[in-house]
Amino acid sequence: MEARGVLAPAPGSAPALRRVAAQAAMELRLQLRNGEQLLLTLAIPILVLVVFSVAPVLGVRDRVAFLLPGVIGLAVMSTAFTGQAIATGFDRRHGVLKRLGATPLGRSGLILGKTAAMLGVEAIQVVVLGLVALGLGWRPHGSVAGALLLILLGTAAFSGLGLLLAGLLRAEATLAAANLVYLVLLVVGGVVFPVSDLPAAVRGPAELLPITALTDGLRAALGEGGLPVRDLVELAVWAVLGAGLASATFRWE
Amino acid sequence: MAGVALEVTDLVKRYGPRAALDGVSLSAGLGAVTAILGPNGAGKTTLVEICEGFRRQDTGQVRVLGLDPGREGRRLRPLIGVMLQQGGIYPAARPREMLELVAAYYANPLDPAALLRRLGLLEVAGVPCRRLSGGQRQRLSLALAIVGRPAMVFLDEPTTGLDPQARQAAWELISELRRDGVTVILTTHYLEEAERLADRVVIIDRGRVVAQGAPAELTEAGARRRLEFRARPGLDLAGLAAALPSGHVAREVSPGHYVVEGEIGPRVVAEVATWCADRGVLPGDLRIESRSLEDVFLELTGRELRS
Repeated sequence: MEARGVLAPAPGSAPALRRVAAQAAMELRLQLRNGEQLLLTLAIPILVLVVFSVAPVLGVRDRVAFLLPGVIGLAVMSTAFTGQAIATGFDRRHGVLKRLGATPLGRSGLILGKTAAMLGVEAIQVVVLGLVALGLGWRPHGSVAGALLLILLGTAAFSGLGLLLAGLLRAEATLAAANLVYLVLLVVGGVVFPVSDLPAAVRGPAELLPITALTDGLRAALGEGGLPVRDLVELAVWAVLGAGLASATFRWE
Repeated sequence: MAGVALEVTDLVKRYGPRAALDGVSLSAGLGAVTAILGPNGAGKTTLVEICEGFRRQDTGQVRVLGLDPGREGRRLRPLIGVMLQQGGIYPAARPREMLELVAAYYANPLDPAALLRRLGLLEVAGVPCRRLSGGQRQRLSLALAIVGRPAMVFLDEPTTGLDPQARQAAWELISELRRDGVTVILTTHYLEEAERLADRVVIIDRGRVVAQGAPAELTEAGARRRLEFRARPGLDLAGLAAALPSGHVAREVSPGHYVVEGEIGPRVVAEVATWCADRGVLPGDLRIESRSLEDVFLELTGRELRS
């Protein structure tokens, strides 16, 4: 028999789990390597948590217990919405979506890998923010399961909206718009300041935002415990809306 | 050729009023290297991207390894390797991790480190891809196309922008792919590349196939060739013209430089030699000029290949 060369064809896909795991590991490394992304996903939430816990500017009794759910909501938004929209816009610009979508990974594998990486970043964020809060004197209470459910639904809602934004705009415009939305929602979404303190005109619309549902729900879950049904439903509606609109407008190249 | 790897029939693709592909039909043999040759804007990339499943044709049929890329992409993707003309690489990733990532999608990948070494990328394996030169990025793209040990690879202008040394390495790799039984489809606007690597050349222009065949077939078909030689100036060519079959023309284009134009067969060469011998002349620099693919292309399309 003729000796087969090293390049001789031996085609075939790796198992789906291996493909997605490799993709998720790559996406996670890239996110943790990106300085601007880390500023958004970790540095700003930590800074907000520490500064407003220490400085007595908020009119609440237990500042850390009030702030932690807010900054977790902010962290989820920064990863699932802002970071996701920006990364997706540039991945498309660089032809990565097109190229990797045409390998055995496939488009669904690419989305799954990105989602897994996103959840990985969120796990890091929640752990780090929780440790900082403990250092500031926070004592855990309430429903962890409820909080996790809210985070998952919030992630679904924000990533749908992030992909929608990335589908509508060019990469640079996505970058600008995603940062602007981040800033606005940071102020009006109940992250640091209670929504009830907002002027009446702003308060109505602000209460319908996904960030408000997330921070509000997390405050309830980590406060008295239990399931904040209204917030969960609101996030679910946003998730369905975002995913539907994103899949209608998304472009792979 | 053992079988057919690619079969394209009456392919049409329009972008607005402009037809990028205007009824293209071609075939490529299994285990062979097929070069799709044409100037920029001829429709090469559109053609290849339909075969790869990136685009859908308006009408016409494509079969890649017996599969329809538009509808059977999931089954086709593991079998083929794709090198895009540009893009497809995370700028912040390093060549080593990028290659390892893509290798992890496949069941029996090549060793990424060996491939990096082979393509001269080992010393930049840890540098973010955004800092690679154009040629390095090109070589990484080539590595990404073959790391999954595909049965068939599509290389879209694989050596554009490479320096001569890197081009040589890429050519050797393509020859080795062929030797190891991989079917190769490559687009190029370099004639030398097509002549040197391809078993079969398909020339396309303005969205149409203008000729296809083995390089030798194309350059020989309907050839009007020239025979040239040097001898002392001022020979009387009247006797030669009479001895040659009709339709042949003999001229002294510059002093001492003689040209015979027409179908140059063995008889014509013998007649020229006899005529020289009768005059006691030894023809120097005698050569028969065959057409290059460039001549063929120019004849068929009236256009320079490298426009």
